[in-house]
Amino acid sequence: MIMSNRNTGLAVEADGLVRSFGATRALDGLDLQVPAGTVYGLLGPNGAGKTTAVRVLATLLRPDGGRARVFGHDVVTAADAVRARVSLTGQYASLDEDLTGMENLVLLGRLLGLGKPAARARAESLLAAFGLTEAAGRQVKKYSGGMRRRIDIAASILNTPDLLFLDEPTTGLDPRSRNQVWEIVRAVVAHGTTVLLTTQYLDEADQLAGRIAVIDHGKVIAEGTPGELKSSVGSGTVHVRLRDAGQRPEAEKVLQVALGVPVQLEADPVALTARVGEEGSDLEAGEQAARALGELARAGIVVDDFSLGQPSLDEVFLALTDHPAVAADERDDQLEAAR
Amino acid sequence: MSDTATTTGRAPSVYVPSAEALATVLAPGARPPRPGALSASLTFGWRALLKIKHVPEQLFDVTAFPIIMVLMFTYLFGGALAGSPRDYLQFFLPGIMVTSVVMITMYTGVGLNNDIEKGVFDRIRTLPVWRPAALVGMIFGDVLRYILAAVVILGVGLALGFRPGGGLLGVLAGIGLLVVFSFAFSWVWTFFGLVLRSEKSVMGVSMMVLFPLTFLSNVFVNPSTMPGWLQAFVKVNPITHLVASVRAAMGGSSDAANTLWLLLWSVGFVVVFGTLTMYRYNRR
Repeated sequence: MIMSNRNTGLAVEADGLVRSFGATRALDGLDLQVPAGTVYGLLGPNGAGKTTAVRVLATLLRPDGGRARVFGHDVVTAADAVRARVSLTGQYASLDEDLTGMENLVLLGRLLGLGKPAARARAESLLAAFGLTEAAGRQVKKYSGGMRRRIDIAASILNTPDLLFLDEPTTGLDPRSRNQVWEIVRAVVAHGTTVLLTTQYLDEADQLAGRIAVIDHGKVIAEGTPGELKSSVGSGTVHVRLRDAGQRPEAEKVLQVALGVPVQLEADPVALTARVGEEGSDLEAGEQAARALGELARAGIVVDDFSLGQPSLDEVFLALTDHPAVAADERDDQLEAAR
Repeated sequence: MSDTATTTGRAPSVYVPSAEALATVLAPGARPPRPGALSASLTFGWRALLKIKHVPEQLFDVTAFPIIMVLMFTYLFGGALAGSPRDYLQFFLPGIMVTSVVMITMYTGVGLNNDIEKGVFDRIRTLPVWRPAALVGMIFGDVLRYILAAVVILGVGLALGFRPGGGLLGVLAGIGLLVVFSFAFSWVWTFFGLVLRSEKSVMGVSMMVLFPLTFLSNVFVNPSTMPGWLQAFVKVNPITHLVASVRAAMGGSSDAANTLWLLLWSVGFVVVFGTLTMYRYNRR
């Protein structure tokens, strides 16, 4: 893969960005440094300010305070220079649904300065690379969710941007479509385009991003590599379901001793949850979980089902902010209304 | 992948992104120079044409609506106001043509609002093109609708007995003036389309403006029978200037004073509302 030297240094620098909608401060002093040539994840719940941040950086919204530069160009005073180097795939349909996939791409190609034959050829090769040749003549409103995401992204790389914004690119997609989007993102970044993606899912950020900024109430509350962030909250969670609810108090004790962490009793009377892989532990999360299960069996406790998962965004949030991520949902509605 | 989706019988294979295929489309060719203002505007105009092609129902408001307007008012008022519908039509047709077309201008605002709602405008606004191009192109598309509506009304009028004294040239001049004014007036609606939150509120506001503007004019009757205070409004109403100019042109004469006023109003609408629109467009 070619790593072109156009992408060295910082793709995005934001200092103290502020943006309010009415009484709501969607961005409240957001600082960000996105290294060029990487995938950078903005992770946070609905209403945390991710979309607002992307819209400011893509020149769609003016900040009330602070400043931001994209490849050294100020997003307010040099908006045109920024627009020439970025593309945005928003959360909502960013193509004309009444037009066909082909027409949309030709239209955008023409607007980016391609002549008619060149725009058509470019549209054809993009449709082929994104597996949409057959759907080329169909109106975009008749596309499935996954196809729609793909044509959105195809439209965004029409001019091979230096920086691609993807706002929640996989929200609402089935797992297969999600994997397709992930593969596309990997190909795009391997080619040297910087990708700034927002997501609500830690595993998505983990899969794709070199660095992650966790955002809450319009501020960055944690920043680092996925590994660094996860180790701050433990790298996983083990869920155990017992056959007999009567054995739960005993199971709780056994797990507490085996893992050395507090065990949560869930609403389901046969279920328990505990964190594994906390920083300072000399065992991997998987080994710890296996050992704990062994201890349960030795104590004669029957386990019906167990799973080892990554810490959820909720758990990362709880650990970082002492409040659960879902509390922000209401803010999101307000923001939507203010749009 | 071996699983072939059979539920619809339409999707024969599952898309597997291939790094090589994607790499070829990602190869950065030299970026073409950005298109000029006119070229970008015309491209957006092409988009409007494509929309008409895919959603022809949207032409209902420029075909059926004007026909209903002409028939309704000609037969409703004709006998009472001019002795017969046919006689009334000689006076009324230019006026109802203006009313119908000016009413259709509000769909510019509705369409823009719709684009914003759906998110298409986010992409358009991140393109490095001449800023007003998207809006100018949109109005180009609408101008085509205005011409279509005017021609439909003319056709109905001719069928009912309207005989323009100015002949083909007079009629073309009249429609030309109407299109110039409507293009300018559309900028009022782009502004409201950007400012107001929903399609419904755009419709509401435009009806509130358009009804008094078109009815309190010389479209339906000669203003000399109106009370003085109303005459004062009718006299400065741009629709009055427009109707007088179109009527004169179609009748084979010209009305320099009204035409001058009409052009001044048109320039004023573009300057004031064009500026306001672009201000909102850039700061949204």
